[in-house]
Amino acid sequence: MLFELRDVCLARCGRPVLESFDAEVPAGATAIVGPSGSGKSTLLRLLNRLADPDRGTISYRGEPIATRDPLRLRREVSLVPQLPALLDGTVESNIGYAARLAGGDPDPARCLRLAGLGTEFADREVARLSVGEQQRAMLARALAQQPDVLLLDEPTSALDHDARDAIERTLTELRRELGISVVLVTHDPEQARRMSDRVIRIEAGRAVNGATR
Amino acid sequence: MTSSIHVALWQVAASLVLVAIAIAISRWQEADLERDIGIATIRSIVQLTLIGYAIKLIFEVDSIWLVLALLAVMVLFGALTARGRAKTVPNAFWPLLITLAIAAASTLGLVVALGIFEPTPRYLVPVGGMVIGNSMTASAVALNRLGDEVGAGRARIEATLALGATAREAALPIVRRSLRSGMITLVDSTKTTGLIFFPGTMVGMLLAGANPTDAVRLQLILLYSLLGSVAIAGLLATNLAYRNFFTPAQQLREEPE
Repeated sequence: MLFELRDVCLARCGRPVLESFDAEVPAGATAIVGPSGSGKSTLLRLLNRLADPDRGTISYRGEPIATRDPLRLRREVSLVPQLPALLDGTVESNIGYAARLAGGDPDPARCLRLAGLGTEFADREVARLSVGEQQRAMLARALAQQPDVLLLDEPTSALDHDARDAIERTLTELRRELGISVVLVTHDPEQARRMSDRVIRIEAGRAVNGATR
Repeated sequence: MTSSIHVALWQVAASLVLVAIAIAISRWQEADLERDIGIATIRSIVQLTLIGYAIKLIFEVDSIWLVLALLAVMVLFGALTARGRAKTVPNAFWPLLITLAIAAASTLGLVVALGIFEPTPRYLVPVGGMVIGNSMTASAVALNRLGDEVGAGRARIEATLALGATAREAALPIVRRSLRSGMITLVDSTKTTGLIFFPGTMVGMLLAGANPTDAVRLQLILLYSLLGSVAIAGLLATNLAYRNFFTPAQQLREEPE
């Protein structure tokens, strides 16, 4: 099992976000689907320890993540946030930064290709990219770390239909080529069905029973 | 190095005419500062008179311990004041206290060790006051910027942490910009000194009848000492305070409600 969550609770500013949340996430592609404010983005942040739960345990490959080095975990389980947030500079400098953090040599051409961007994007300033291109640059940057798992937070929410379809195709090819596991957060049940082998439904901070396939 | 002049009380009282003009302008233009100008004037009379007697006592007793006690009090009040201006930084008091203490100790230690000033109350008290005051302003400005930038840049900091960067790596660009903003005012004013404004020490010495060459040299020493102390303060304040935004597990803390 990739991730196991047991009795996970988290409150923010006194308001419960996740309540007694139980779920199992196997290797492959899993979608977490639910309405806005249901706690799905928070859940994703817990999986690579950008936040810790108030109660309960989360395990990654059978080992509680609270006992793992958060920096190593994040390089292995890479989160791509909902809104692009690249560092100032070029796409290549962002890819290089991520690769060096993971202790590898950057291969910008490969990362760009996997993320569906041409090599001409390497020298582009990130501030001059469209939101869709920035989203792909974020994906390329995450792939530079050669992670085992990609956590994708609403990767197409800021995009139009054509750009959304293109990103979905990229992600499907990526899984086929790299055999990488993906945990995808989306508010769109159709996208969840298209993009995943398994769906976890979340409502008001709780996993909805019997809603997985 | 200096000669002294006598300033009579009536001369001080006469200068209050300028305060009256300030209050009149505020009232006329409805700037709503009359009360603040009044408080500022009264506080300046009380505070400077008290510190005048305190310095007189310290000069007469001529004890290095008394000087250190006074500097310690200045550091404490400096840290409290700067904390008030850096409200967006969690628990800013301790980083500021450590910053001001080290900036004051290292700068004063250096100017004494280099033989620039003798370790006597006559030099240590006024120079210490300037060093602590300027370090306080620089740290407050730097931390204010730090808090604002962390608030505005949370998404980018978290995205960088998500790559497995340490809190330090994720905060580094912001820490550098904050350090720069803490130092830039003094650097700019040092560039224009003598052209656009005459610094206080030089003006004071000239008014007291000192040789202009001595006044200029002393002013240069002070400007360079302040540059050093402000750089030390900015560096320490930003590098100590950014940690308060992160947990030991390299997570960005939630914003307070």
